[in-house]
Amino acid sequence: MPYDAPRQFHALAGLTTALAVLLFCAQALAAPLKKAVLIPQWEPQAQFAGYYVALAKGFYAAEGVDMRILRGGPGSPPSVELRQGRAQFGTFFLPTAIRERANGLPLVNLAQFVPHSNQLLIARKADGIASPADLDGRRVSFWGPEFRLAPEALLARHGARVAEIPQGYTVDLFLRGGVAACSAMRYNEYHAIINAGLDPDELTVFAMAEHGLDLPEDGLYALEDLWRSDPDLCRAVARASVQGWRYAFDHPDEALSIVMSHVSAAHLPTNRMHQQWMLAQLRQAMTAGGPLAAPLDRAGYEAAAAALAQAGLIAATPDFEAFHGDRR
Amino acid sequence: MATGADVRPRRGLAFKLAVCILTGATAIFAATFAYYYHSSKEMLLRSVRENARNLLRGSVARLEIHLSGVERIPRYLAGELGRRTPDPAELERSLAEFLAASPDVYGTAAAYAPGAFSPERQRFAPYFCRKDNQAARVPLGYEDRYELENWYLVPKELGRPVWSEPYFDEAGGDIVMTTYSVPFFRTEGSRRVFLGVVTADVSLDWLRRQVARVAMFHSGYAFLVSGNGVYVSHPDNRLIMRESVFSLAEQAGSPELRAIGRRMVRGEEGFARLPDFVLGKPAWLAFAPMAVAGWSMGVIVPEDELFADLARLGREVGLLGAGGFLVLLAVITAIAASITRPLSRLAATAAKIARGDLDTPVPVAGAGDEVGLLSRSLERMRLALKDYIADLTATTKAKERLESELKIARNIQMSFLPKRFPPFPEITAFELHADLTPAREVGGDLYDFFLVGPDRLLFLVGDVSGKGVPAALFMAVAKTLVKGIAEQESDPAEILAKVNRELCVDNESLLFVTMFLAILDFSTGELAFSNAGHNPPARIAPDGTVSWLALPRGVFLGIMEDAVYRTQRVPLAPGEKLLAFTDGVTEAMNPDDELFGAKRLRDVLAKGAAFPPELLDAAIMEAVRAFAGDAEQADDITVLTILYRGTQKP
Repeated sequence: MPYDAPRQFHALAGLTTALAVLLFCAQALAAPLKKAVLIPQWEPQAQFAGYYVALAKGFYAAEGVDMRILRGGPGSPPSVELRQGRAQFGTFFLPTAIRERANGLPLVNLAQFVPHSNQLLIARKADGIASPADLDGRRVSFWGPEFRLAPEALLARHGARVAEIPQGYTVDLFLRGGVAACSAMRYNEYHAIINAGLDPDELTVFAMAEHGLDLPEDGLYALEDLWRSDPDLCRAVARASVQGWRYAFDHPDEALSIVMSHVSAAHLPTNRMHQQWMLAQLRQAMTAGGPLAAPLDRAGYEAAAAALAQAGLIAATPDFEAFHGDRR
Repeated sequence: MATGADVRPRRGLAFKLAVCILTGATAIFAATFAYYYHSSKEMLLRSVRENARNLLRGSVARLEIHLSGVERIPRYLAGELGRRTPDPAELERSLAEFLAASPDVYGTAAAYAPGAFSPERQRFAPYFCRKDNQAARVPLGYEDRYELENWYLVPKELGRPVWSEPYFDEAGGDIVMTTYSVPFFRTEGSRRVFLGVVTADVSLDWLRRQVARVAMFHSGYAFLVSGNGVYVSHPDNRLIMRESVFSLAEQAGSPELRAIGRRMVRGEEGFARLPDFVLGKPAWLAFAPMAVAGWSMGVIVPEDELFADLARLGREVGLLGAGGFLVLLAVITAIAASITRPLSRLAATAAKIARGDLDTPVPVAGAGDEVGLLSRSLERMRLALKDYIADLTATTKAKERLESELKIARNIQMSFLPKRFPPFPEITAFELHADLTPAREVGGDLYDFFLVGPDRLLFLVGDVSGKGVPAALFMAVAKTLVKGIAEQESDPAEILAKVNRELCVDNESLLFVTMFLAILDFSTGELAFSNAGHNPPARIAPDGTVSWLALPRGVFLGIMEDAVYRTQRVPLAPGEKLLAFTDGVTEAMNPDDELFGAKRLRDVLAKGAAFPPELLDAAIMEAVRAFAGDAEQADDITVLTILYRGTQKP
């Protein structure tokens, strides 16, 4: 019978899984899972695929953590959720985290996932914009203060004084011609613009990383209290998250399906193709320069802190050693 | 020999005819049909394009009336709010009334810019929506941060009313919607100061119901895409708000669909062939812009429905063609059969004729056509052949009869000649041998010898003019006469004279005979001889010398009644030979028409001088035969040799 072998294989696999579950149960019985809550800094999307995958695949549970992931979004910034104790773990862009720490929220970096900048300024060639200088006198939309650091530095360097327009949650204003350039993440807004019918060759793209403004981005954080009281939990969550990311990159289709289940639950106006692009770009950003989740690099930290200080967003640079939890 | 009539040709005329005509007819039909089908398709496509454009323009206009209706009150409210800021209760009443008066609107809000409503309220954004068919004030859910929402930010920054991209409003409405937002401003001198926006939410479900009324053909459907290509309305709910023309194009890796999407979001009007993956089958898309909302409406029609009538017609024409094909096949078969059946019968008859059966009449087919002509010709041929064969049979019979007569005549001729050698074994004084080789037809040579006394031997050689039975009979008569007369006469000349006289009587056929006649007294060796126009015999002396016997003159027997013949006498020495022969020897011809001649005879005689008569005769016959080769023997050849031994006893 040609089907015997796969059947046996399945049986074996099933048995192994059952055994693994039994082991987990045994562990759970031995030591009850520690409850923890994670808040991503934005709506469910592939930017947080590693965490969703780690949750769905039981990696947190395997580390003894009973993890819950809150739905992020503009209404629930991680800084607020952590400060108010509704979450113990959160994701932040590095500049945001430094600023929060400088401003009194004692964040500790547990893992730095995105070591490079994915931030872009995007304009239309049709508007005659070929270099940052061409944006002088134009309307440009920006996100919150710490996301303006790099683009503002870029524009200042090229002597371009622009009318700063707040940027909403989409690039709709740019697409409707309300601004000459908009902020964008390569893994998100860039693709949204392409998939609104603009072709890549119709766009002028300024990548911050290419203009010497390569500030690290997503990292996993907890408050210093927790880091001191339960470093094991913090490390377990970091480990499981790294494992989740690794699994997501190794199984992009499965990861996408997990992400899309969160996306659908949130009724978000996005689609699988967009999330697929996002995951692919993140993989590029997270693994191109070195190993996944390499320890936070001091130079990157100081560059971000310097930029923040220069912009007057922080008074003093927080101590790197204290900021970085597991300096090994 | 002829093959049987039942052997049928492997690819008959009918088959070839049918193949040629049907192939030709099918090719013409197929080409015509293909042209017709293609042209009809083009024509149909043009008309569908026209219809779709009209339908789309009509539908767009109808939908725009609805949307314009939705737009009216927010525009009015925005104007009012720009002129005067009402108190909260009044504003809320206005919103509630607007909602009550506009069944197409799902919800409405007036969202003020921070601090714009009143100094004590940082933000103010009352929102009403339908709850259980009642206008109800519900919290937005994000009263503290609506400035970054598209429905607020985009009209504010653009400074004009905007229909938003579709989105899910989870706080207030809990439905998928699009929002029409009108910004309102306070005019301060020449400057407009932004105060806020008035919005009207339209449920995409409501929009979908409106769009669903647009139908084309059976399963053709309409859809709406936003200015970014995102589905605002589509029969498939899963696409609405989430997917765009471009995401579908990306998913399918279809630059064609992306190109169509770009045309749609640019506000073009068009008609395009959709990639097959969209419907899973060939389909066409007509699209037209909706100026009011900045959207585009598309109508998708599956090609099979577009061309359903044409396809049905095509099937019918195909069936008709197939039917025509069958009819044509039947007609060709019938025609071919009407041609080939008589041909086959003719062939069968011809085969019978070839086998020799000439009694079967040729079937007469087709009165005036070529087959009729052929069968009549064949019938004439049969009759002619039959007559000819009848003639031939008769002729052959006659010839056979004649030949049998000739055979009889020859038998008669030969039976007259003595054929027993040695003829007189008891007589040793001479030795005699004669031989006659008849020509193919009965000739007239003769020889004879008999004793006419105790010591006297008569012998003769003659040659009757002419051939055949008359010559044979004439010869028989001559021989019989010689024999009869020799009993009374002993002088050769007298014998010849009497024979001549007898032969001349009633010789109506004017035949004649030459003859050398001699009587040998073998006791003395004296040879008495006479001649009637015969050629001289040869003498071979005992020493082998060959000479010609000089003959007295005398005419042929049977011509002149009073002809005179003389007798001469010569003594034969013992051992001497005399050889009498007919001109068949000297006048024998070879294939080169040369005569054997006296000289060759003489050489043969000189060579065979010592031979006994029998061998000598055989040598002469052999020499003549060798000389003549393949040439046909024209005349009888006769030799008669006598060797005189003398009386002395050995």
